Amino acid sequence: MSLRSALGQVRGHGAAGGGARHWLSQRVTALALIPLSIWFVISLLGLKPIDYLTLRAWISEGWAPVLLGLLLLVLSYHSSLGVQVVIEDYVSDNAKKFVALLASRFIHALVAATGVFAVVKVALVPL
Amino acid sequence: MSARPISPHLSAYRFGYTMLFSILHRITGLILSVGLLVLAWWLMALANGPAAYAIAETFLLSWFAKTLLAGWLASFCYHLCNGIRHLTWDLGVGMEKQEARRSAWAAIVAALVLFAALGYLAIAPASNAHASRVVPQSAR
Repeated sequence: MSLRSALGQVRGHGAAGGGARHWLSQRVTALALIPLSIWFVISLLGLKPIDYLTLRAWISEGWAPVLLGLLLLVLSYHSSLGVQVVIEDYVSDNAKKFVALLASRFIHALVAATGVFAVVKVALVPL
Repeated sequence: MSARPISPHLSAYRFGYTMLFSILHRITGLILSVGLLVLAWWLMALANGPAAYAIAETFLLSWFAKTLLAGWLASFCYHLCNGIRHLTWDLGVGMEKQEARRSAWAAIVAALVLFAALGYLAIAPASNAHASRVVPQSAR
């Protein structure tokens, strides 16, 4: 007979309990990325030529900076959620999993901040 | 703890080709995550001025980078089309075995068509409409 409580015995042996939110966020970001990513790829590849001045002109006018900033935020979040699941599935060692999950979060936060900052700078700061 | 079975139970199932579509969804997702790093780096170079952008451009116009970019475009097309297939499942649509097999092929055909169209857009020469719109902006 164990002196540990029933709760203490089952903790850490079942589902994390927070999966629904992750699942839903992944779907909502996926849905938002359908129009955003198609807009981005078609707009970018449609630029002729794709060079410094053309890109800066594209990013500094109209809705492009707004949509591009939004794309970077939603894409970073969607990517973070996806990479998280892959790490959880294939990295079985707890210490390695912890480090990998943290690294993924930090890198995704850095990417989102870098991308949004760059777009705002191109849109608002003339060279 | 370590003896407990942990998903995904890759070795527990007999191989079916729809598995390949699922695995490919993950692989293309990871490839696109790496692409996101390059996207942020490229935008930062653009924000940092002509000298910084010239360095990024030299790399991006190399054959190595062009191969990567084509790979990212292909991954995008597949992940998008198969992702829409996943979203229909979330609505409870098309989950029967035969339907899932049919939609797998529909996704790969749609991805190939999209890749061909976007690839053409990427290498197509500039139209006059574009050129006349772009030149005045870049002149400032």
